[in-house]
Amino acid sequence: MRMTAIPARRARVTWSWYVRASTVQLIMYAVLIIGALIAMFPFIWMIITSFKSYGEVASGRFFPRELRWWNYIEAWNAAPFARYFMNSIFIAITTIVGDLVTGVLAAYAFARMEFPGRDTIFFLFLATLMVPGELTVLPNFLTIRWLGWYNTYQAQIIPFAASVFHIFLLRQFFMNIPRDYWDAALLDGCTHFRYLISVVVPLSRAAIVTVALLSFIGSWNAFLWPLIVTSSEKMRPIQVGLRSFVTEQATQTQLMMAAATMVIVPIIIFYLFTQKQFTQGIATTGLKG
Amino acid sequence: MVQAAMAKKRRPPWRRGEAVMGFIYILPATIILGVFHFWPMFYAVYISLHRWRVVRQGFVGLENYEWVLTSPKFWNSLKVTVYYVVGTVPIQLALSLLLAYILFQKVRGREVFRTIYFLPYVTSTIASGAVFAWMFNPNTGPINQFLASIGLTPQRWLLEPRGIFTLMGEAWGIPWLQGGPSLALVTIMIFVIWFWVGYDATIFLAGLGAIPYELYEAAQIDGANRWQQFRHITLPLLSPTIFFLSLVAMIGAFKAFNHIFIMTEAAAGTVGGPLNTTTTVTVFFFQNFYDTPTYGKAAAIAFVLFIIILIFSLLQNWVASKRVFYME
Repeated sequence: MRMTAIPARRARVTWSWYVRASTVQLIMYAVLIIGALIAMFPFIWMIITSFKSYGEVASGRFFPRELRWWNYIEAWNAAPFARYFMNSIFIAITTIVGDLVTGVLAAYAFARMEFPGRDTIFFLFLATLMVPGELTVLPNFLTIRWLGWYNTYQAQIIPFAASVFHIFLLRQFFMNIPRDYWDAALLDGCTHFRYLISVVVPLSRAAIVTVALLSFIGSWNAFLWPLIVTSSEKMRPIQVGLRSFVTEQATQTQLMMAAATMVIVPIIIFYLFTQKQFTQGIATTGLKG
Repeated sequence: MVQAAMAKKRRPPWRRGEAVMGFIYILPATIILGVFHFWPMFYAVYISLHRWRVVRQGFVGLENYEWVLTSPKFWNSLKVTVYYVVGTVPIQLALSLLLAYILFQKVRGREVFRTIYFLPYVTSTIASGAVFAWMFNPNTGPINQFLASIGLTPQRWLLEPRGIFTLMGEAWGIPWLQGGPSLALVTIMIFVIWFWVGYDATIFLAGLGAIPYELYEAAQIDGANRWQQFRHITLPLLSPTIFFLSLVAMIGAFKAFNHIFIMTEAAAGTVGGPLNTTTTVTVFFFQNFYDTPTYGKAAAIAFVLFIIILIFSLLQNWVASKRVFYME
């Protein structure tokens, strides 16, 4: 009797379990797919619109009759986009280099060197994390003006060539490198600088790439600060340039979409290539925070 | 834990050469941080105590603060900011937790989904904010076309100063339903939620991954169902992540600026419009700094905002100290 009862019961349970499980699966995938569509729709719409004619935009037609590549050339020529891009690339690269040099040096000193007042200074560094950017924007603007840096590249680079948060991240990483390595290096007569360059930096490649990415995103997407400290098109980065294009060409939606595509697509491609490092970096910064 | 153990390790006394080297190593960072992060704190206070149009004019004590705290414009901007914070942070966290939780189950294409959700975060808010402004264009935007195609009333979105509850009340014929954030502000909130959900979900995923699997196994043996497992294992163990993200989201919401700037300007031509219903404290600050250079007042606004953020952070910390559960 037992022998027959158990399979029968199991079959019933399995069947209802199966129905419930597949319903749950269905709902889960539906939520995920709807979420993905919402996340992507603005980009898809932007790219589609960038190929439309003025008439197609005005009439509210969803798909263009033909792909008007010409929109891109027209947008590119309507504003000094080449200059904006070059400015942004130059500012981003110099900011990353500066941020890494100051960050690695300071993080190493805080992690591995012994000097008086080290922990107090580090605490003072961390205290500045509390201060919101809004509070520092105005005084920094006056400082920049006082230094005679108004409307220059250095005004957009130097203030971001060191970051407490990045120093903190690098320091955490450096501290996890076993101290025995340093003791061994010291026996071989290695200096701090040699050790830093040939042992610490290669071992910390993941952390350094993360910091470089964070620095790049911050620099590339900067808007308020460059808007405030620049006055000429020659000095302005892409985000500020895009904004003036948006206000000047308010009626030419298809051209604005072409411009927005030119700004957004490179960074998306960049993200897709570096995304593993990227999400890892974001996740660790999140958990460490 | 490793770090804690290493920090406790006995430190050898510092040697003179190393001490000098140490200072040299931190010097470049110290100069930059000192000039652009440390000094401005004090300078901001100094500016706020003066009548200061493009140049400094004279010491006025707390007059600028008095002006801020008695200005109806400031209180309006604070109201808008609070609407904005309350309307974005909880929804953003709930949606991202839902997505992260589903992704954490054994789903196919997890990496693809996660990559897609993260896309908005890597784009600049200027470019994507402008795209949103055009998507919500009342005449040619796809959102209104979609609403019309399913038989709903098209809206004026970023041009609509009336409150969302007023609009609902009119639509459904409920007279007492009134006020709330303007539809323009709600449109901005939709953008913000779209922008941040993928980022939050990524961090939630990392947090979910850190929960030991044995706990779920033990719970299953005890006969706990999915919801019980979520309620009694996932949520408590995820509370540090939830706390971290809510703090980041809240501070970010208080400081929001770029997308409000571009969306309102692209749609209506005025930053903080229509009728100042999207003028947050940061936009109000910007108006007093960039549009009309009254630096003393602007510095006072920034300082008041700083104090507000500080109070909210401390409050949240206090709540967290009662509710957040740490595994160690």
